[in-house]
Amino acid sequence: MSKPKVATASLAGCFGCHMSVLDIDERILKLIELVDFDKSPVDDIKEFTGRCAVGLIEGGCANEENVRVLQDFRRHCDVLISVGDCATMGGIPAMRNNIPLKECLDEAYLNGPTVYNPSGIIPNDKEIPLCLDKVYPCHEVVKIDYHMPGCPPSADTIWQTLVALLTNKPVDLPYELIKYD
Amino acid sequence: MSVNLTSAIKEICKFCGNDRTRMMDIVRAVQQQFGQVSDEAMNYIAKCVNCHRVEVESVVSFYVFLSKKQKGGVVIRLCNDVVDKMSGSEVVAEAFEKELGIKFGQTTPDGKITLEYAPCIGMCDQSPAALFNDEIITYLSTDKVKEVVADIKKHYDPSKLKHRLGDGHNADELVHSCVHNNIRNKGRVIFAEFKPEAGLKNALAMSSVEVINEVKNARLRGRGGAGFPTGMKWQFTRGAAGEKKYIICNADEGEPGTFKDRVLLTERADMLFEGMTIGGYAIGADEGILYLRGEYAYLRKFLEKVLADRRSRNLLGKDILGKKGFNFDVRIQMGAGAYICGEETSLISSCEGLRGDPKTRPPFPAQKGYLGKPTSVNNVETLCCVPRVLEMGAAWFVEVGSAGSPSTKLLSVSGDCKQPGVYEIPFGVKVSELLKMVGAEDAQALLIGGPSGQIVGSADFQRTICYDDLATGGAVVVFGPERDMVAVAADYMEFFVEESCGYCTPCRAGNVLLKKYLDKILTGCGEPEDLDILQKLGESVKITSRCGLGQTSPNPVLTTLKNFRKSYETKVKKTTNGMQPTFDIRKAVKGAETIAKRDSVIFVK
Amino acid sequence: MSDQITFTIDGVEVKGKPGQTILEAADAAGIYIPRLCFMKDLIPHGSCRVCTVFINGRPQAACTQPITEGAIVENDTAELKEHRKNIIDMLFVEGNHFCMFCEKSGNCELQAMAYRLGISAPKYPYLFPKRDVDATHPDILIDRNRCILCGRCVEASRDVDKKTIFEFVGRGADKKVAVNANADLKDTDFKATDKAADVCPVGCIIKKRVGFAIPVGQRKYDTKPIGSDIEAGKK
Ligand SMILES: Cc1cc2nc3c(=O)[nH]c(=O)nc-3n(C[C@H](O)[C@H](O)[C@H](O)COP(=O)(O)O)c2cc1C
Ligand code: SF4
Ligand code: SF4
Ligand code: SF4
Ligand code: SF4
Ligand code: FES
Repeated sequence: MSKPKVATASLAGCFGCHMSVLDIDERILKLIELVDFDKSPVDDIKEFTGRCAVGLIEGGCANEENVRVLQDFRRHCDVLISVGDCATMGGIPAMRNNIPLKECLDEAYLNGPTVYNPSGIIPNDKEIPLCLDKVYPCHEVVKIDYHMPGCPPSADTIWQTLVALLTNKPVDLPYELIKYD
Repeated sequence: MSVNLTSAIKEICKFCGNDRTRMMDIVRAVQQQFGQVSDEAMNYIAKCVNCHRVEVESVVSFYVFLSKKQKGGVVIRLCNDVVDKMSGSEVVAEAFEKELGIKFGQTTPDGKITLEYAPCIGMCDQSPAALFNDEIITYLSTDKVKEVVADIKKHYDPSKLKHRLGDGHNADELVHSCVHNNIRNKGRVIFAEFKPEAGLKNALAMSSVEVINEVKNARLRGRGGAGFPTGMKWQFTRGAAGEKKYIICNADEGEPGTFKDRVLLTERADMLFEGMTIGGYAIGADEGILYLRGEYAYLRKFLEKVLADRRSRNLLGKDILGKKGFNFDVRIQMGAGAYICGEETSLISSCEGLRGDPKTRPPFPAQKGYLGKPTSVNNVETLCCVPRVLEMGAAWFVEVGSAGSPSTKLLSVSGDCKQPGVYEIPFGVKVSELLKMVGAEDAQALLIGGPSGQIVGSADFQRTICYDDLATGGAVVVFGPERDMVAVAADYMEFFVEESCGYCTPCRAGNVLLKKYLDKILTGCGEPEDLDILQKLGESVKITSRCGLGQTSPNPVLTTLKNFRKSYETKVKKTTNGMQPTFDIRKAVKGAETIAKRDSVIFVK
Repeated sequence: MSDQITFTIDGVEVKGKPGQTILEAADAAGIYIPRLCFMKDLIPHGSCRVCTVFINGRPQAACTQPITEGAIVENDTAELKEHRKNIIDMLFVEGNHFCMFCEKSGNCELQAMAYRLGISAPKYPYLFPKRDVDATHPDILIDRNRCILCGRCVEASRDVDKKTIFEFVGRGADKKVAVNANADLKDTDFKATDKAADVCPVGCIIKKRVGFAIPVGQRKYDTKPIGSDIEAGKK
């Protein structure tokens, strides 16, 4: 029987959650015995090669590209997990959520105290995905099966959740592993 | 600081004895004179009454008739209650916006007129209706809006608005209002002929304990909603420690769909004050307060005159009707737009010049109420029953009605019926009989007891209206066959969101969320799980809320979920593709598309 | 009147003194009833509703309800746990709680309550309200994004400090903590040594220049759930 596949993505996140996945240290070898990695920055596979058992999402949706990727993950993954506070509630990027987009862009590209932008132009290339009106937690865009809290979730949290899922056990995190920071 | 403002505030505060417990009167007067209670004003009021500025602000910011922001000299408040909407307030709203050239929440550029919405103003039987400051204009239509707006722009004085006069005391020069009583059915207790002051005389010939016993024997229960036995409440208040006691009449009547107290205040004011006087005698109070909702300010002058007349006839004042040592008088406390102030402990807070936050119980008002003294809070209708009990005797009073609920009840009937108005019916009447009486035999649903009561369907039309079956403080709203009951529930939730005092978590946040889920369903994004979430969330709000508002606010949702489940089920559908139906990529990128002046290339239209 | 009252909490017999609340008597007996707004030495006022218990079948706030002889109190039940979780979820979505950079994280009572109840993410939609921050005072910061409107600061300032620096303004979802000034906290005589500076259960009223003083792992609720101290006193 072929191994179940795991895919991962970083949307509007800092890659800290991915670092935390790697932080499981020597257990990564065990993980590789258990699963194959599909689309993921870890192995640089850019497109899905087939159906995946588990998708791990870091970061919320701040722009349309994030939405496209997340929807793609939902279509390809049996179980989709929001990993970390950004995926779960928007995280730091969501601090802009009660400020109008125009003001955010002006602050970032024109008015901010550290901005050097003599052209006075807000970058606008077709290659640059459009920002959404706010940063959406992943579960407000697609159905999410599990949430792993933390910024980032500890390696233990990630490990225990994955092992439980891959061995068909209920995900039941102990007190020390539910952390929002 | 402007001299004008300071001297006016000084005057107002002095008039109120520089007493901070009279804060409601002070800030109301400042609002009336200056169209706002500004930062400056709050600082100066605090100085005059020796309190902290933030305490003044906490009061001003609580009541919708008070504002820190400048309002126009004329504030038009269009009632946006469910019933008003059913009778076309939405087109009336558009007409106001068009005629005034402003949106709701705005003030005309000349600063003269402010346009706002108000929750139920107690005119459901003659809706759509609006307040022009204290004046009330009923039966609004687009044409009528044109007329009144043209009229008000001539003088900016609502008291000069031209309108026909209503019936009864509505035509009294001190009321001078177009409001109609719409009394449709007169029963034997409230609207029958009665001998004024006979009850009071009988009472004064008895001991207070005997009066309480008579009320107990009449098994009079509170008509304001909760149905607590009045005799028992009086006994507790009488028995509570302390010399000084108060009786307060609750004329806040804010429950959407209720307007029977309005009619009593207009046509039975003497009866009410007689009841308060008997109550004062019974519990040992020498002061009474009539807490009158801000929306009924148009009745104030008239009520003051009734009180003055009573004073001149020794029905109030010292040694009333020659009874040595029995002194009693009544003052009117105006509210300022807050439904929660109908809850008895919030009402007491408001009378004390505080935000209308409910108080922690225990202690109950009968133990520690107004200014910490034992207080009995009674509804207008309850107090109107009292003189009749004392006039005719308890045995007479219990002759009609049902076993557990003797006597009659006033119902305020409105909505999809031919004869909206006030009905005095014996307790125990069947819903189906009532529907026939009001001309609503094709009703799909009935709201009984206001949104904090229940919404029932035809399966319940054989049930009876009384304390032990379908209890009601008086509101009955009829919904015809074409009404969408989920939308109705959402509208009522909007009301509770607006009116929650915000003190406790479940009511402050829970009602907002209940409304959000209903909107989700109404916009076609609902899923079957949402019904379960609504149910559980509603139960949590009901069980954990601190006062009656939150304990009943989920009722529109919970009772429609139960009685009109089909209506919900046809609106929700299961999503199968894993996407969230509420997420709308077009809406989410629209702002960025506008700023970038290009369309999305990822999500091509 | 007897000077001892006996009643039960989840079937366990508890004795208390007349005038005590259910919550006080439970604490003394080493039984933890979850709570947020309650604080020892302040007048309990029942705003958070997390301490809701059933007393003879009726829901009541344990922090304000006096004990009565023979009362049957239900506290640790599946039903009440659901209600409490729902309340905590409401508090998280009605404010803006970015725990990842909040100085209070690890010592925050709201967060700790969520941990204790095993909440990995709130079930309701985030409301992302617009709330303001007041950083004008030299020693104290108010970040209203994190305020749960518990009322502790209002009471402490009024009843203990006798200053009334804080009061609530607005109502319903617009209710917020205001300060006794036209604009900002700097215009009041608030001091970092005031009792009100030390009562906030969350990271709304916090002292400046303290930051993340305690390392992760050693903070109050990193390893021991909130309420463990009370449960440790179980007789
Ligand atoms: C949110 C809320 C609003 C209320 N509004 C009113 C009201 O407008 N008029 C009223 O008489 N009672 C109202 N009540 C009920 C009062 O708290 C109280 O029970 C009543 O005034 C007692 O009078 P009664 O015993 O004569 O009915 C309200 C209760 C709640 C919880
Ligand atoms: S949750 Fe924290 S670690 Fe993970 S992506 Fe967001 S900011 Fe980075
Ligand atoms: S239930 Fe709570 S928030 Fe609602 S009105 Fe009562 S005290 Fe205020
Ligand atoms: S106050 Fe508590 S819950 Fe809120 S962000 Fe800070 S740590 Fe998190
Ligand atoms: S600032 Fe803190 S103490 Fe004050 S009400 Fe808000 S959460 Fe409570
Ligand atoms: S602790 Fe009792 S209501 Fe908050």
